[in-house]
Amino acid sequence: MTDVSVPVTTKKDWTSDQEVRWCPGCGDYSILTAVQMLMPELGDTRENTVFVSGIGCSSRFPYYMNTYGIHSIHGRAPAVATGVAVARPDLSVWVITGDGDGLSIGGNHLIHALRRNVNLTILLFNNQIYGLTKGQYSPTSEVGKVTKSTPFGSIDHPFNPISLALGAEATFVARTHDMDRKHMQEVFRRAHRHRGAAFVEIYQNCNVFNDGAFDQILSKEARPTNLIPLEHGQPIRFGADHEKGVIVDGQGKARIVDVADVGEDAILVHDEQRAEPGLAFMLSRLATGPYEPTPVGVFRAVDRPTYGEEVQRQLVAAQERQGPGDLAALLRSGATWEV
Amino acid sequence: MTDIAAPGHQSTELDRVVIRFAGDSGDGMQLTGDRFTSASAVFGNDLSTLPDYPAEIRAPAGTLAGVSAFQVHISDHDILTPGDSPSVLVAMNPAALKANLHDLLPGGTLIVNSDAFEERNLTKAGYAENPLGDGSLKAFTVYEVPMTSLTVEATKPTGAKPRDAERSKNFFALGVISWMYTRPTEPTLEWIQSKFGNNQTVAEANTLAFKAGYNFGETAELFESNYQVKPAALEPGLYTQISGNVAVAYGLIAAGQLSKLPVFLGSYPITPASDILHELSRHKNFGVRTLQAEDEIAGVSSAIGAAFAGHLAVTTTSGPGIDLKSEAIGLAVSLELPLLIIDIQRGGPSTGLPTKTEQADLLLALFGRHGEAPVPIVAAKTPAHCFEATIEAARIALKYRTPVFLLSDGYLANGAEPWKLPDVATLPDIAVPFADGPNHDRGDGTREFWPYLRDPETLARPWAIPGTPGLEHRIGGLEKADGTGNISYDPANHEHMVRLRQAKVDGIADDIAPVELDDPDGPGGAPVLVVGWGSTYGTIAAAVRRVRARGLKVAQAHLIHLQPFPPNLEDILGRYDKVLVPEMNLGQLAFVLRGRYLTNAQSINKVQGLPFKAAEIESAIVQLLESNP
Repeated sequence: MTDVSVPVTTKKDWTSDQEVRWCPGCGDYSILTAVQMLMPELGDTRENTVFVSGIGCSSRFPYYMNTYGIHSIHGRAPAVATGVAVARPDLSVWVITGDGDGLSIGGNHLIHALRRNVNLTILLFNNQIYGLTKGQYSPTSEVGKVTKSTPFGSIDHPFNPISLALGAEATFVARTHDMDRKHMQEVFRRAHRHRGAAFVEIYQNCNVFNDGAFDQILSKEARPTNLIPLEHGQPIRFGADHEKGVIVDGQGKARIVDVADVGEDAILVHDEQRAEPGLAFMLSRLATGPYEPTPVGVFRAVDRPTYGEEVQRQLVAAQERQGPGDLAALLRSGATWEV
Repeated sequence: MTDIAAPGHQSTELDRVVIRFAGDSGDGMQLTGDRFTSASAVFGNDLSTLPDYPAEIRAPAGTLAGVSAFQVHISDHDILTPGDSPSVLVAMNPAALKANLHDLLPGGTLIVNSDAFEERNLTKAGYAENPLGDGSLKAFTVYEVPMTSLTVEATKPTGAKPRDAERSKNFFALGVISWMYTRPTEPTLEWIQSKFGNNQTVAEANTLAFKAGYNFGETAELFESNYQVKPAALEPGLYTQISGNVAVAYGLIAAGQLSKLPVFLGSYPITPASDILHELSRHKNFGVRTLQAEDEIAGVSSAIGAAFAGHLAVTTTSGPGIDLKSEAIGLAVSLELPLLIIDIQRGGPSTGLPTKTEQADLLLALFGRHGEAPVPIVAAKTPAHCFEATIEAARIALKYRTPVFLLSDGYLANGAEPWKLPDVATLPDIAVPFADGPNHDRGDGTREFWPYLRDPETLARPWAIPGTPGLEHRIGGLEKADGTGNISYDPANHEHMVRLRQAKVDGIADDIAPVELDDPDGPGGAPVLVVGWGSTYGTIAAAVRRVRARGLKVAQAHLIHLQPFPPNLEDILGRYDKVLVPEMNLGQLAFVLRGRYLTNAQSINKVQGLPFKAAEIESAIVQLLESNP
């Protein structure tokens, strides 16, 4: 939105008067700061912004934003937000959820919000653990994980949130992490600008129940070798000297190579607008977990009519076809008789 | 076709008749009954209907499980029920005969499709002998009509193959009955054209079959008489025929207009509530938004989101859906947002009897949430009353910022009756204002917005919708501090809020109509009071009439508001030593009345997926009258 009447605001304007109560050192703080700092740049007013969350540590987020907000019930944030967005296409609606809230108890609502392409910006904080309930494994926890509820190691195969979102027909799919505010803000800005459902997975450290889950890719030293930045129109390369790259091999499989071995021209050029999600899906599965080179950035960003627009279109079409509603005429629309 | 009975036929006047059409679920009996009903409505009879069909889309043809029936009661005076027992049964096959014969009144008229009474069908229905030939139907006047072959013959000009042609046999049956009860034929012929107009072969076949049936009645020497049921002397006005589910849909559209709010329905398909979603989806020109959600939980959750955003939000379902929505309904109690939850009750528990009626969700609506989570409840009493009850439920939801249950059931949902159309100008204004500015002084001369600062009279909190500058606020399911709405774990505040939420709902009692007492001798005059709620209204009223016709005294009160109860209920109950509560459950209202008012309420219960018969309640009343105190 480029409404010139939107007043100039600062982070302070978007910060509520409520005390933030996450554990000291939680990755949620840096995500909150990134969002609060970004809001003044997005061109929305506070009154036209709604944050909707479910239940979990991350779902406290709306209380800290000086906007409209609903802290709903476990897993249902995408459904509640769908109601807000369909009723009021004029609003900017954000969903704050986590790996338990969004992928376990609320998995159904998440995939349906994505396939419908409801105009929502969905931020999924993935810390691979249940924090609020004090440390049980989540649907993104790795096999073998020892937690309070899995003393002998988890036997659950985890979800890959990016693969899931792509499979659910999402039109915008991205990943970022809590260690890089600039990257977060760039991804959030893109997600907010996207018309339709934008899904962002944020790797977020839970320093109490799952500390260091992402250290192998997110520590300062690891990032150059283990984060694969996705940039639209650019060859997919990484490493301290961009010495690594991604190709699609003869079997049609995406894999990591030394650029020197295959030549620069062989490196896959990232196209987030590809109609077919297959290649994005392959990229989402380059790493089997956050301990191998992992792509971050926008996997997919394609256009499709949003659900809210289509609802609106049908309302307008019905009015044009049938005229504005006339209650008395409606009640008489069946067979009538006079007594 | 002439309007006059053919020579040799006499025409007999009846004050009422109850007809049941029964056949295989593929035979189109619901359609046949519905058309007969429409023609009778337009003719001016009072009427009441009871569709009864299997849950299976198409159970094996010819079996008892696959029998579908439609009962209609037409009369020349006001009636209250679809009739206890039919005096006319149309049976399209042996299974339909077997499943319904026990209800036919002795001496009643039985019209059978004799073509269907061949060995295979008889075996499927479990008949060792053909009942048409073994004398077992002696108690009835039986007309054997070879409907299938006559239909195939009549529809030959269309060129339809016999297999397709025989599908029109329900229209043949409709024609026979239309002749027999001197129904006007035009409404049905017009309807066939409008319904099947895009398939001329089918339209023509149905028209020919209908006419052939009508003419068969007129010319065959089979029937001694046809019958006339004159128009009823109903209150003057413009009437239409309405089912409960359509009345709910119209009520929602009306509530949207009367509150000047867009209607938002979040719903998941479920029998017997889906027709409300279907009907509302057709009226988008009223600004109605319908979202067919991914599940029941999303249906109510999206409605909560729409309510927050300033819409008249609704979710429609049946019992299993309420189970799933319970947590979200608790959220709506905590958020204090207007929300309509419409439960079209069906037989339970679990999947239960999806297509059959029951009223066993009362305690679920009252208490089916964790914590102290009071929700007002409104219950409709007749199909047409669903319209008014929906507007009343919306009024309470909007004014008090609370979820409200509207209870209907399968019998009301699919049953139909004539409805005197209200003058829309006389419908209530149920609009409420949105909050438009800060409501609390900080004490330093500046003002701020407190989302849980209540209206002192209604105890409703302000409804501040997104888009309103300066009123940004966050609400959620966590306990809130009184006034500010900020998260609070303070023990005293929690108890205070629990009591406030209860007081808000209790206070609605002062804002609802008192329960009407029907006692010709004045309050306390009769020895027995019958108290009911929901769809039993018509049957109870019919039973009360019968008891009074015997010269006995009985009083009736029927509850529309079940939470809170009308304030005069306690006084009324106190005036009667004997209180009888008929319910299609195991005594849920009686349980509440006994608990709340220490009333000696006695139950009569029926849980068969079918409404009471007036005779059943009549005999329970008489029994109670005769019992020692």
